[in-house]
Amino acid sequence: MAAPLVLHLLLALLLGSGGRSGAEPERDSLREELVLTPLPSGDVSATFQFRTRWDSELQLEGVSHYRLFPKVLGQLISKYSVQELHLSLTQGFWRTRFWGQPFLQAPAGAELWVWFQDSVVDVDKSWKELSNILSGIFCASLNFIDSTNTVTPTASFKPLGLANGTNHHFLRYAVLPREVVCTENLTPWKKLLPCSSKAGLSVLLKAERLFHTSYHSQAVHIRPVCRDAHCVSVSWELRQTLTVVFDAFTTGQGKKDWSLFRMFSRTITEACPLASQSHIYVDISRNSQENETLEVSPPPTSTYQAVVLGDRRTYAVYDLLNPATFSGSRSLNLQLRWKQFQDIGSQLVPFLHAQRYVSGYGLQKGELSTVLHNTHPYRAFPVLLLETVPWYLRLYVHTLAITTKGKENKPSYIHYQPAQDRLRPHLLEMLIQLPANSVTKVSIQFERALLKWTEYTPDPNHGFYVSPSVLSALVPNLVGAKPANWEESPLFSTMFPVSDSSSYFVRLYTEPLLVNLPTPDFSMPYNVICLTCTVVAVCYGSFYNLLTRTFHLEEPKRSRLVRIAVKNK
Amino acid sequence: MAEGRMPERARLERPRGDRGDRERNQALAALTLDPEKIRGKHAALCFATMAVMLGLPLWWKTTETYRAALPYSQIGHLDSMLLRLRVPVSVVFIQGSLPIVDQQKLPFTVVNERDVPLKCKMKLKCRFQLAYRMAGSHEEKAFKKDTIEEAEAALPLPKEDTLGSLNIFVIPEKSSLLPKDKMSYIGPKRTAFVRGTQVRQALTVMGQRILQVAQSMSLTDEVLAAALGDRLPEDKVSLDKRRPLKSSLGYEITFSLLNPDPKSHEVHWDIEGAVENYVQPFLSLLSVVGNFSMDSQILYYAMLGVTPRFDAASSSYTLAAYSLPHVINPVEARLGSRATSLYPVINFLLYVPERAHSPLYIQDKDGARVATNAFHSPRWGGIMVYNVDPSAYNTTKYPVKVDVDMVPVMEVFLSQMRLLFGIPPPQMPENFLLGDPPREGLRSWEVDRLVWARTVENVATVVTTLTSLAELLDKIGNIVIKDNVASEVYRAVDAIQEAVVELSAGNLELAFRYSREAVTSSEKAFFDPSLLHLLYFPDDQKFAIYIPLFLPMAVPIFLSMIKIIVENQKARKDIEKVD
Repeated sequence: MAAPLVLHLLLALLLGSGGRSGAEPERDSLREELVLTPLPSGDVSATFQFRTRWDSELQLEGVSHYRLFPKVLGQLISKYSVQELHLSLTQGFWRTRFWGQPFLQAPAGAELWVWFQDSVVDVDKSWKELSNILSGIFCASLNFIDSTNTVTPTASFKPLGLANGTNHHFLRYAVLPREVVCTENLTPWKKLLPCSSKAGLSVLLKAERLFHTSYHSQAVHIRPVCRDAHCVSVSWELRQTLTVVFDAFTTGQGKKDWSLFRMFSRTITEACPLASQSHIYVDISRNSQENETLEVSPPPTSTYQAVVLGDRRTYAVYDLLNPATFSGSRSLNLQLRWKQFQDIGSQLVPFLHAQRYVSGYGLQKGELSTVLHNTHPYRAFPVLLLETVPWYLRLYVHTLAITTKGKENKPSYIHYQPAQDRLRPHLLEMLIQLPANSVTKVSIQFERALLKWTEYTPDPNHGFYVSPSVLSALVPNLVGAKPANWEESPLFSTMFPVSDSSSYFVRLYTEPLLVNLPTPDFSMPYNVICLTCTVVAVCYGSFYNLLTRTFHLEEPKRSRLVRIAVKNK
Repeated sequence: MAEGRMPERARLERPRGDRGDRERNQALAALTLDPEKIRGKHAALCFATMAVMLGLPLWWKTTETYRAALPYSQIGHLDSMLLRLRVPVSVVFIQGSLPIVDQQKLPFTVVNERDVPLKCKMKLKCRFQLAYRMAGSHEEKAFKKDTIEEAEAALPLPKEDTLGSLNIFVIPEKSSLLPKDKMSYIGPKRTAFVRGTQVRQALTVMGQRILQVAQSMSLTDEVLAAALGDRLPEDKVSLDKRRPLKSSLGYEITFSLLNPDPKSHEVHWDIEGAVENYVQPFLSLLSVVGNFSMDSQILYYAMLGVTPRFDAASSSYTLAAYSLPHVINPVEARLGSRATSLYPVINFLLYVPERAHSPLYIQDKDGARVATNAFHSPRWGGIMVYNVDPSAYNTTKYPVKVDVDMVPVMEVFLSQMRLLFGIPPPQMPENFLLGDPPREGLRSWEVDRLVWARTVENVATVVTTLTSLAELLDKIGNIVIKDNVASEVYRAVDAIQEAVVELSAGNLELAFRYSREAVTSSEKAFFDPSLLHLLYFPDDQKFAIYIPLFLPMAVPIFLSMIKIIVENQKARKDIEKVD
């Protein structure tokens, strides 16, 4: 193939204006981090966070040049004027009571919530198109998000990044509890990482191991953040998080010791060359000075102490960009050995946890109950509770009962949006004060609606999912925390903006519920057709017979005897 | 009536003495006179009529699929229509370019029409309408200049400088504006110069020359081949002609820098500057053809699908021509899908090979190195391999900083872009002099040629879409045709007819706009999801639903009808026998 000479000349002429050197600093940066936390129950949780920061205003017009930030998400943000986007795909349920407070929990299934910029005219249309495109990008069934499972919460989901206004009309929230998460969702997620799964921490992301876990949650969070301390201009932050909980007990043949290789069947050989920071944190809080309960190898180069989720924690830090980390051997295989394992009973139960269940019998009525626990010994705190209930469970609002310690607990804020059949779900938001060391029960009765026969899911006898309740709360700290430099501190502590140091923000999700609806026999329509037709045919048949048959008067036949008698007469 | 029959019945029931007489009467009664039987017969007939008159229409009406009327006959005509492409050419004769005799009998217009053979029923005619006139004083003055470029610049702006029109100036034979061996000059605008002649019958000779120039500036065979593709007879289509992208309302252009080895290379490319300086001016000229959106990205650890072969002689790595088809697929998975629009994407990849595989060269079929180290894939995009200067490796500090020299890269990408859009470098006869393209890299008439091709292609596409849609709807009676589909079809038919009219009137711009409208409407109609709703409703299910009702209702009616007919015939025979 020959390039035209003319073009060459032309371009040579233009060279003067074209040549700019690459000396200017890169406008985007990548930080990656892995936090390994031995959980109170003996399991191990691993939280990956990959943060891509891009110092650019994503505008609608003009040409965009992407380096570390994935092009597909950038296009999405600029086309649909997205202010903030949070998508999580989760398999399993984070058991707060036994595993403690998570850095970032997600409900089972798929969750998507998006803040649109206030320039968007038709939010519902953008939301529909956006969820369809995300569905394509992440191979998830997000295209099933429609008006029947979308709500606009008024208080529970505030923007996590920079926001001018918080007019909740630009917010949309939807959960698909039925969604099953698997490898096909992980692959596109991994593709968004600048190092793909070729180098750095992402080498550990081997689908075969990640889905062989008790809990798997992957998420994408996009939000605008301050570019610097002055906060004059905006940067875009893409956070890709992945949390898995390994059942160390069953995989480790009864031992609770673990190593990277045993969990991921890989070890780390190099850092991602594109990352400006690449750390592994191991929670060694339970290893106190006087009582050595565990041992990590290789020994960490440094430790990091901070107040995380209300508690003082100590982390062993491994910096992958530091060549000394790999000095001993060519690959890093972190190991943790327990010297003496503490019993579960001795562990602190988190201050806030909740359960949800459905009760009642029969297929007509039932009751939804959410039980909120505040285990703080002396502090009361308010909790925002969000319930979304599909329209086919008709809530009786007058039966809404909130009881704490046997007494009625009046919510200080309540927002209820009733459902419309086949159009929108129920939305119930309440701000409830939880007294110290108490259990609060929120219950509401419902009636099951009859669906049209085409509205049933393919396996209706499995039941219908009701999305989990969402609890948002500022939980008081056990120890006072110092405000830290946001940009410097590890990623796991900077997901939610912190306003004051005496409390921390927590968002918890309860279990999704499975409710049985009255389910017809699905051959019924045909049976009905057959039965009605039979009835019609029988009526018609006898009617027809009656009208068309000819009736004769038949003379009675004389018997022989009679004939003889007549003759003889 | 009932009263009238009563005495008859009384008479019939009276016993008769004569046996034969009685039988005959009985037969007659059975045939016509038994009122009970007549009533039964009437009832059965009534049922049958009700079923036919009321039941059938009701059933028909309630189960009918809605099918809006479509202009089937007009669509049928489209298939065999005559497409006349008119190219308006204004020919200006400069003083002294023609013999005086010919000057005096200069005709006003000359029309030249040429048939293009097609495989299908459609007919295509190219019509060059040459409007002759003598030059005005302004124009005369311009030709006093020394060089041809200056003369061209000095020409007053032509009155009609619209898309698709051409201006040809005939200059005196002895004019020094053109080099001696060149007969004609084609400028970067829609202007061309042709050397005149003084021979006898100069007008005929000139006509041929002018036509040759006009043809190579507008409707060449290549242009038509690119537009009509498989409609042309086979011998006229080569693989090369299938290279251009299909006509579309817009295109997305993505420049990707692939850096498979970020540990050794820290590649930096000034794509912002390159896009601004080279690509955008180029595309702004093409904006007639469609909307263009551009972006760029850098992909790390994106490998080619083929391991290059080591060539010991030159201590370099080579990608052979036959392995190039396998290069694209693995890379494409990383390129990212177009998430936000449905326009076709054109990819341009700059591949900086990993250190272990550099330098990397592409070989053509004969085993020679490709000078540009690039190749393109039809309707997909282009790939260029950019080798890092080996002297950069003489360092201990990794990654090596690589600053991509964007000029050769953009040169390759732009020439690939020309090929992909179907603007191949012009190939002119030897005695033609070609003017340099303007700064943006595209001559006006090259854009015109593209618009011609796109218009013809659009017309052909719409004809295919509409005829196949009509055929499909005609064939499958189950398909619901909604009003919006029908209105799109009507709009497409109207637009295509407008386009054809404008083409034969020589208004290329309008014709192109109408043809695009027609494409949009016809595609919208063709891909309307409502067409699929009832398509897969199988017949056996229909029968399963109807039979429980229809069988018990229809069987008695049929049986009694048969009975009535049989009895009628039997009675007639009986009467004949008795008589």
